[in-house]
Amino acid sequence: MTLSRIAPYLQATPLTAILAAFLVLPIATIVMVSFWDYDSIQIFPAFVFTNYEESLTSPVTWSTYLNTLKYTVIVWAVTLLIGFWVAYYLAFHIRSATMQMVLFLVCTIPFLTSNIIRMISWIPFLGRNGLLNQTLMTMGLIDRPLEFLLFSDFAVVLAMVHLYTLFMVTPIFNTLMRIDRALIEAARDAGANGFQILTNVIIPLAKPGIAIGSIFVVTLVMGDFITVRFMSGGQSASVGLMMANQIALLQYPAAAANAVILLVLVLLLVGAILRIVNIRKEL
Amino acid sequence: MSKKTTDRAGSVAAKGVSRRQLLKGVAAAGGLAAGAGAVTGFPTIWAQNPITLRQFGTGVSNLNAIAEKCKADLGITLQMTALDSDAVSQRVVTQANSFDIADIEYWICKKVFAAGTLQPMDVKKIKYYDQIVPIFTTGKLTPTSTIAQGTAPSTVGFVEGPESKTFAKAPTEWMTLIPTIYNADTLGIRPDLVGRPIKNWKDILDPAFKGKTSILNIPSIGIMDAAMICESAGIIKYGDKGNMTKAEIDVTIDFLIKTKKAGQFRAFWKTFDESVNLMASGEVVIQSMWSPAVAAVRSKGIPCVYQPLEEGYRAWGGGLGIAKHLKGAQLDAAYEYINWYLSGWVGAYLNRQGYYSAVLSTAEKNMSPDEWAFWMLGQPAKTDILSPEGKVMYTAGAVRDGGSFEQRMGAVACWNSVMDEDRYMVRRWNEFIAA
Repeated sequence: MTLSRIAPYLQATPLTAILAAFLVLPIATIVMVSFWDYDSIQIFPAFVFTNYEESLTSPVTWSTYLNTLKYTVIVWAVTLLIGFWVAYYLAFHIRSATMQMVLFLVCTIPFLTSNIIRMISWIPFLGRNGLLNQTLMTMGLIDRPLEFLLFSDFAVVLAMVHLYTLFMVTPIFNTLMRIDRALIEAARDAGANGFQILTNVIIPLAKPGIAIGSIFVVTLVMGDFITVRFMSGGQSASVGLMMANQIALLQYPAAAANAVILLVLVLLLVGAILRIVNIRKEL
Repeated sequence: MSKKTTDRAGSVAAKGVSRRQLLKGVAAAGGLAAGAGAVTGFPTIWAQNPITLRQFGTGVSNLNAIAEKCKADLGITLQMTALDSDAVSQRVVTQANSFDIADIEYWICKKVFAAGTLQPMDVKKIKYYDQIVPIFTTGKLTPTSTIAQGTAPSTVGFVEGPESKTFAKAPTEWMTLIPTIYNADTLGIRPDLVGRPIKNWKDILDPAFKGKTSILNIPSIGIMDAAMICESAGIIKYGDKGNMTKAEIDVTIDFLIKTKKAGQFRAFWKTFDESVNLMASGEVVIQSMWSPAVAAVRSKGIPCVYQPLEEGYRAWGGGLGIAKHLKGAQLDAAYEYINWYLSGWVGAYLNRQGYYSAVLSTAEKNMSPDEWAFWMLGQPAKTDILSPEGKVMYTAGAVRDGGSFEQRMGAVACWNSVMDEDRYMVRRWNEFIAA
């Protein structure tokens, strides 16, 4: 065995070690604990399926997962729509490269503050006596405050869209910038109108970016708990929030079981996205 | 030799200590306490050989002012960590060596004491034991009163022996927690926005307040508020609100879900700040509340009343427990700290915040007669009533919501509790939140 044959393994070792220590091991622990038993104060090693049984047979779990999926689908659709158009505008309507970068950086400015602060700042804005309601009432557009604005699904989705749209903009912008402009000219020469160029040339070529952005948004929304808790005023549940509650009540095995179920579900979703778009081939 | 050790430890104290030095100091203190008969009284020793006690608990009684005063009076450094109730129970059970003193609630004690991470205290070493309010010993405020439902402090206040984990039915020599702070909770209201007198727990269900009410989303406490509401509304009569049967839990939660779906609630709060913001912003006009939250709303110049209700109060109480691993000088220091805690200064401090303290006789000596009359006797204030920080809390002429100590603590309907069907209750509660 020469050094040249060992070298690739040595090169891969640091990453392997890091992933093993900080990814594989914790996940293995979670999987293990999900089979343990617990009472109100402690958890004990065991091999029981009650955590999964209680989770999967409970209508609460199902409605919570459905609710989380509902948020995911809505937020994904809205961020995709907004994200694509922002990216499209940046890539095709801004002519100078400098201006493109400047505007792109402008998009990231909100990220200079913590996402909790960005989220919480919606609360005084949307509240019953908040800025929006007061403005609308002064303008005479409504005669009583709009209650659905805060502590509702609307508020949750709004905050999530606000928080996560950039995760869609960035990868899509990146793929749009790689599209060879000659292709668009060729399409136009061949008689395609603007809409046909969009659907037949740009969107297919933007697919990897859309897929990457979708993976970001889907995983973020599926795992979210703090946005749901604050913006729904504790009125709605998400899987993450359910787990947070279980951990707070020392029900680690139940939380671990939920984590495993959520992990499987998210991996399936990501798998489905990758099935539709082969990211590696098209990058 | 002994002299030399003392000097070194003393100079270390002046510089501020590292962990290693601290351990040396503690060891030296142990040696001193054992060897030097000439030393008079503990405080001297603590001043020369710094002892640090790590205390954690819920925010209500983890007050920096207490740590500072303790340092000044005893020379014991208290490192305070404030956590929420859930985190507190977790720490007690899972990280037994991470604390020396646990400041926990009685219902948490019921849940965690069996984990064996706390040691019962010898009442003979508690100087003011005989003067502790009887709620915590016999359970009866006056000889004729009945013990309220729920996890009444007296039911988990004692164990059968120094190594025992079984709660004793009557007072023994081994106390689990030394009571620190307790109060009677009720609903907070915005008198300017409710527009009618509020008398009962069921008033929170009034259709006029649709979308303007809130209850707290801490299952073990929220379920009790819910029980008070359900019983008041005539939905159900409980055998014991603090220890419901599965059927009773079902009725309660089903009713809550129905009420939630009808849009009665605006939000559910989990932290103190959330409850203050909900009330101050006018998002809700009647909700579950804790007394300092009411004070916080009022301090913004917004009217808020801690409304006494006919069915009585939901009470809670906390106490100091000593970690199992404490021994020697540190254990002595812990007892010293607890005796100091009960000796009046802290009691007066807590009473001035609207809470109650465990030994009233010593607290009274540390309060002005007017303060005592206002907070404890429910009489109109003769002068402005100041908070411990010196801010005006009530102006002359004001009366405390709910009246005197006997009126308030005598009208306790149930104590915060942990039920036998805890796990089932929590599952159903999550269903309510997810509904």
